[in-house]
Amino acid sequence: MTKATKVSIKQLYKIFGSDPQTALEFAKQGVEKNELMEQHNHVMGLKDINVDMKDGDITVIMGLSGSGKSTLIRHFNRLIEPTDGQILIDGVDVMTLSDDELRKMRQTDMSMVFQKFALLPHKTVLENAGTALRVRGISAKEADAEAIKWLARVGLAGFEEHYPSQLSGGMQQRVGIARALTSNATVMLMDEAFSALDPLIRTDMQDLLLELQKELHKTIIFISHDLDEALKLADHLVILKDGEVIQQGEPQEILLNPSDPYIEDFVSDINRARVLRVRSVMQPLSDSSIKTAGQVDHNDTLESVISHSDGDTTKVYQVMEGQQAIGTICMKDLVRALVPRAPSDDGIRTQTDAA
Amino acid sequence: MAFYDSMFSTLGLQDWCGITKQDGPMTMAQLLAKNKTASEADTSLWDMPFPSLDNLHAACNSIPRTRDMTNGVEQFFLSIKSSLQFVLDPLTQPLSWLLDGAIWLFVATPWWLLISLTIFAVYSVTRTKGAPLLVAITWLFLAFIDHYTYAVQTMAIIFICTGLSVIIGVPIGIAMSKYDRLQKSAIPVLDMLQTLPTFVYLIPLIFLFSVTESKLYGIAIILYAIVPVVRLTDLGIRLVDQDIIEAANAFGMTARQKLLNVELPLALPTIMAGVNQTIMMSLAMVVIASLVSAPGLGVLVLRGINNLELGVGLVSGFCIVILAILLDRVSKAALARVDVSHNNH
Repeated sequence: MTKATKVSIKQLYKIFGSDPQTALEFAKQGVEKNELMEQHNHVMGLKDINVDMKDGDITVIMGLSGSGKSTLIRHFNRLIEPTDGQILIDGVDVMTLSDDELRKMRQTDMSMVFQKFALLPHKTVLENAGTALRVRGISAKEADAEAIKWLARVGLAGFEEHYPSQLSGGMQQRVGIARALTSNATVMLMDEAFSALDPLIRTDMQDLLLELQKELHKTIIFISHDLDEALKLADHLVILKDGEVIQQGEPQEILLNPSDPYIEDFVSDINRARVLRVRSVMQPLSDSSIKTAGQVDHNDTLESVISHSDGDTTKVYQVMEGQQAIGTICMKDLVRALVPRAPSDDGIRTQTDAA
Repeated sequence: MAFYDSMFSTLGLQDWCGITKQDGPMTMAQLLAKNKTASEADTSLWDMPFPSLDNLHAACNSIPRTRDMTNGVEQFFLSIKSSLQFVLDPLTQPLSWLLDGAIWLFVATPWWLLISLTIFAVYSVTRTKGAPLLVAITWLFLAFIDHYTYAVQTMAIIFICTGLSVIIGVPIGIAMSKYDRLQKSAIPVLDMLQTLPTFVYLIPLIFLFSVTESKLYGIAIILYAIVPVVRLTDLGIRLVDQDIIEAANAFGMTARQKLLNVELPLALPTIMAGVNQTIMMSLAMVVIASLVSAPGLGVLVLRGINNLELGVGLVSGFCIVILAILLDRVSKAALARVDVSHNNH
């Protein structure tokens, strides 16, 4: 995994209040969020965020409502100004850009998909999809040609002349995605893009996104409050709580080794068999003499291995990557991995309900 | 002896008050007081008069009377009048030309041409059958009872004044929606324009301009009618969905692109509601403006009042009502069309 870092956030702070600079000093000295609120009357939005996003990855930023995830995503294109810190895109600090350069960056390098779609109600689907190109001053004809292409790609061919209000929520969000893709920006920001959709449509849209990503290799920054969605999409998962990153890394890794009771609680009622993959649980190939019951792919889910084994826990499988054997997976390890490390009954989530 | 004499003497202000002879003519109150006997001067606390300017003046000459104050306001206005005139007269002269020109044009156009033109214009704006039909019936009725010329003059004035109100008011409204400070300072002015009794508009204008000039009533009508379009433009732009504004920002729109492609189109229904109100208010004012030589149906109403010609007054009043209904329905039909093309069914 030697992908270049596309977007990087360094020591980012955001403090809301009348005098954020003074409050920033306290925050850097380690004053906690509650204390900052009670004694200085400032709200800590984000605290010391450091995240690197690799080129061509989907980075999912996950947290419950109020954790600062929507605030964070608006920092990437400076819809919200940080109090302190750096936002590097291809090594360029976004904070140093002038208004014109910033506008240019928003037009060409970054596109955004919104939770509430935010389409222009008085423009047709076609005009909406071509927004980014029209804003850049590209002729309507070229913009339309490009927009038609992407609308077809997201499954909306034939709806070009409709108005957004004539479409269902799922279709409107497809327009939102087409609008972002038409801009041809390499970075795509998705702010809870699928949260307003009903579960079946949401799954559809997630599949659509993964399918598009397979070809396009955009750098996608996706905000979500839904762990299932996060695990499905993420190459890199960042978990936010109260404006702080509490764990980040590969989703499988987080699932198996939660570093914090908060995350343990979070991951405790996930269907682990469906999310965990063989490669995360397998033993590296050491003793080739072990008798194996068959071969499984390293990217198979544990669920498929269980169905393969008919529930027999004594079996051992050989793990293959392509044609090469890379390890073994023993059903005992597999079953053990299905049990969360610390299942909790009275966890955080029972108190703070997910929005 | 006035009630407050003792107060000024205890404060040691006799010298300041002076015992100079009163200047100016006697007020009615003083004349009445002269006839009263001296014993009545010792008034009890129960009868204490309010320490108003006039009452205090009775005890102390240095305090001005209320009529001195109103006189002062008048003097102040007269002193700045010539410089105001010097600036405002040439500035507002085009308004006179516009109004006179429009009235002349409307009246000079043959009736059959004007009626068919308005019907066609209304149809192209509203795309309904009802509104042009209403226009046709109204015009034919007015023409039939020989009120056509008056109605046309009124319409010409409304046409020009509403048009100017929109041209001036919409940019002001946009500026107000962009700058909170401007909004804060403009709202009291708008409140004042809206609540000032309509006759009061005319007083300073009569001083400034000659009563025979059309701009006199033009300015009065515009000042009165511009308020709703300014307010509702400001409101409409402020009410545009913030999510959509955020999307516009995220795609790097310039302030100009945002205004023209997002804010104004989305605020248009609200702005049109303001235009509808502006039309109705200029119709209300055009009647009062007949006091200062505005032609049209208002002249007939005024004649009805002045000469006690009951029939003339009532019939022309009725004509104004049907004109109002006409203007309201047509502008609302146009508004409905704007709404529909946004949220397409």
